[in-house]
Amino acid sequence: MISGNGHRPISGRLRRTLDSGRFAITAEIGPPRGADPDAIGKKAALLRGWVDAANVTDNQSAHVRLSSFAGSLLAMSAGVEPVMQLTCRDRNRIALQSDLISAAALGIPNILLLTGDHPRFGDHPDAKAVFDIDGVQLVWTAATMRDQGRLLSGRRVDPAPHWLIGTVENPFSPPISFRARRLAKKVAAGAEFVQTQFVFDLDIFERFMAEVHDLGITEKCGVIAGVGPVRSLRALEYISTKVPGIHVPDAMVRRLRGVPANRVADEGMQICVEIIQRLTEISGVAGAHVMAFGYEQGIPEILERAGVGPRPDRSVANDRAANDRAANEGSGRAG
Amino acid sequence: MPTRKHLDRIGAVPERRHAGWPTPVTPSVSARTLYRLHHLLEPNPVYRRLAAWLERNPTANRLFTAAEERVKGTIFGCRMCGQCALPATGYACPMTCPKQLRNGPCGGVSPTGMCEVHPEVRCVWLVAFERAETEGRTEDLSLLQRPIDHRQWGRSSWVNYWQGRDEGMWTSADGRRRLPIVQRNDPGEPR
Repeated sequence: MISGNGHRPISGRLRRTLDSGRFAITAEIGPPRGADPDAIGKKAALLRGWVDAANVTDNQSAHVRLSSFAGSLLAMSAGVEPVMQLTCRDRNRIALQSDLISAAALGIPNILLLTGDHPRFGDHPDAKAVFDIDGVQLVWTAATMRDQGRLLSGRRVDPAPHWLIGTVENPFSPPISFRARRLAKKVAAGAEFVQTQFVFDLDIFERFMAEVHDLGITEKCGVIAGVGPVRSLRALEYISTKVPGIHVPDAMVRRLRGVPANRVADEGMQICVEIIQRLTEISGVAGAHVMAFGYEQGIPEILERAGVGPRPDRSVANDRAANDRAANEGSGRAG
Repeated sequence: MPTRKHLDRIGAVPERRHAGWPTPVTPSVSARTLYRLHHLLEPNPVYRRLAAWLERNPTANRLFTAAEERVKGTIFGCRMCGQCALPATGYACPMTCPKQLRNGPCGGVSPTGMCEVHPEVRCVWLVAFERAETEGRTEDLSLLQRPIDHRQWGRSSWVNYWQGRDEGMWTSADGRRRLPIVQRNDPGEPR
């Protein structure tokens, strides 16, 4: 079935970077817990020019924040291309599809679809956990809306939306030997890029990438590896014990504990830089996703030292102009 | 008859099964036995007539459904979603996952294989993977599971199965484009 109805495609910078085979960089913008429209703009200003796109998280860790939808619009107006995260935790299939249509109508070019953290970990553990559909089904739903122009009900979505569809995977969580196949499942459902959990253990990650390669995933889906600087022993303790699904290898723990207290931050930055450099050499890795634990101002330094920044100079205005040209040439994207 | 202690261990005591967030249950019967037993349940003309008769007789249907709940509750911690995925999940019930995941484990499984929401029990999807792997059935876990129909809660999945209502509940990757992705049969509607 074809959805190529002449509707103007949204061709974002992230899509172009992944298509071109250049090493993509994404980062994260956590929305504020207050009605402050400038909070997003300030974080975006630190990232502008250094990232292809920035994820705007959806009530991360099940803590109430400004919505990822509003946050994505604020990021766009601050000149950073957003990746709107959307989880199944708080919305049923009606609300999810509605938010997806809204995102497309307002020009949000990328969506990242996930099941979401359980309310148990949030500030409202007494909330109803919705989980009407799961993350894989949400990817499938979005792909059906885009490529076939249909809702889950079978009703038409006209014009069909055109976002780049992303998902997540954790190569370090048991059953480890099933993780590549689980990603294959998400790609079969329609995911075009994936961001992984923090890569601290490169041995496990390289094995995961080899399996991903063997399954033929890298041709259909850009694998963007999660990285981040661990800048204190407290942060190390927190991510190893309090955050589900993060694996920190002993060698890294020894390295961080082995330096004087006033050098831990530098050592953490250095480890992050080295991991990015190693990632650029692993076959099939399409980019890095930098999660900076609130140290967004350090992202340019990390990228610079790792040799992957800044981005080729293209402003959002240029991106819009490129989109207009594409539309004028009538290159409607067929699904 | 399972003892109270046995029921408690597998989380099959009703108050544990229905209280709070769903809790992962490791089935008390081996996957091998259950794959074999499954043949006994496969649809045939007798079962189809029985299912149709049950749907015309509310009292009999209630008794039958209660019996199914009793059996599947004891073995799997079944919560009666009415759309049984067990044959494709190594006979570990995905609806006992606190996130109701139908398509595999989330990224929060601990290094020792524990559920992130209930750290005292093993992840049901890890259990499903291990059971499927032992029986050479891991390919099943690559099937795409469609969203469930929430109108079916509390109904007999055996009756639905014999009536052919859960055909297409899962598909291989090449079936992704079949529409609609949700099955739209009205509950109780005769075929």
